[in-house]
Amino acid sequence: MLTKRIIPCLDIKNGRTVKGVNFVDLRDAGDPVELAAIYAQSGADELVFLDISATEERRRTLADLVLRVAEKVNIPFTVGGGISSVEDVDILLHNGADKVSINSSAVKNPQLINELVAKFGSQCIVVAIDAKQIDGEWLVHLVGGKVPTELNLFEWAKEVEERGAGEILFTSMNHDGTKDGFANEALAKLSTQLNIPIIASGGAGKMHHFTDTFVEGKADAALAASVFHFKEIEIKDLKEELKRNNIAVRL
Amino acid sequence: MKIVIIDYGAGNIQSIKFAFQRLGYEAVLSSDANEIREADKVIFPGVGEASSAMKKLRESKLDLIIPELRQPVLGICLGMQLMCHSSEEGNTQGLGIFDVDVLKFSNDVKVPQIGWNQINHLKSDLFKGIRENEHIYLVHSFYAPICKETIAQAEYGIVYSAALQKDNFYGTQFHPEKSSDAGEQILRNFLEGI
Repeated sequence: MLTKRIIPCLDIKNGRTVKGVNFVDLRDAGDPVELAAIYAQSGADELVFLDISATEERRRTLADLVLRVAEKVNIPFTVGGGISSVEDVDILLHNGADKVSINSSAVKNPQLINELVAKFGSQCIVVAIDAKQIDGEWLVHLVGGKVPTELNLFEWAKEVEERGAGEILFTSMNHDGTKDGFANEALAKLSTQLNIPIIASGGAGKMHHFTDTFVEGKADAALAASVFHFKEIEIKDLKEELKRNNIAVRL
Repeated sequence: MKIVIIDYGAGNIQSIKFAFQRLGYEAVLSSDANEIREADKVIFPGVGEASSAMKKLRESKLDLIIPELRQPVLGICLGMQLMCHSSEEGNTQGLGIFDVDVLKFSNDVKVPQIGWNQINHLKSDLFKGIRENEHIYLVHSFYAPICKETIAQAEYGIVYSAALQKDNFYGTQFHPEKSSDAGEQILRNFLEGI
């Protein structure tokens, strides 16, 4: 049976992890490769690296990091952040990334999704969507959720699927950072309306939030950062808890 | 041991190369017919779309070389699918090593299937030391139905072939190079036990 996936997300700046991590057994808390290897051993199903650097050297630094991660890690990983062209994707996949995620660049140029899918296949193209519910309507936001657009979340998600994306990573800006649970109502709607996997992001705080997003939110995978980085939730404990709730997980 | 990964411009080759490196083996990438023929073990990777991958194989004449190989060959993901008779994806004629036609998953399930599923009914030395219902990582929209060459099954809406074998030819729909410790064991079996 296909299992629900647990995905730690690592924010990367200039080749280093940004948010603090609380791993006593880590020699270098800023080294994404070491952290990734620990997550792979602790039962993470997949990893996401989100690059937030803004330097000229960004592309090359990220490509180097991908190569180092691929060398050490034996589970799949996705790379996102600032990816805007076929060339960007080509080098990242060539260096060993399993999937890339695009966000703002897809909104600005939706045809990019078709181009990437035609060249690399649906299976490695994830479209990340940041959205915020304003006066009842879910609107897509850009630049890490700072800039609102007039795009409706559900319409955009449908378009993303029609253009061939293999997966959607949906982050609710209303829930992100609250540690109060995922946006399950919107997630369930996405999961029902679309026929591609949906990754839930934003709002993880307690173990039952993951159960809720898989059951009520019908999510295929759940992504979180700080609860894992600060060891508030151990992945193994989380998976055992999910299993107790009859959710299929890899243990 | 000489391990060659067939390089025809399709697939996440780097990950496979690194997986062998973690097992203590160096694999070389090659599209050279002689180098492929002389290898002890051959890996036939593949990610992406079937008809364009098959076109690349034909352009480099590898479509004629692969079915003639006598040493153990392991097709991974799209590589396995291209070793089949045909694929519904782009109405592609395959290499015809496995006598089965690759079909698209129905819309009763989410397509592509992405993530960790379980393999069972294991029957090959490729799975030595692998327990029934072990989890492995897959990403695919098309599948090979159960056939006489099936050596592992998985279930996603229907029961289908997670791995195939005929003589010296092996194929896995899943990615052993991304399937954690179990995947590494399967690759080790391919190198050391076959």
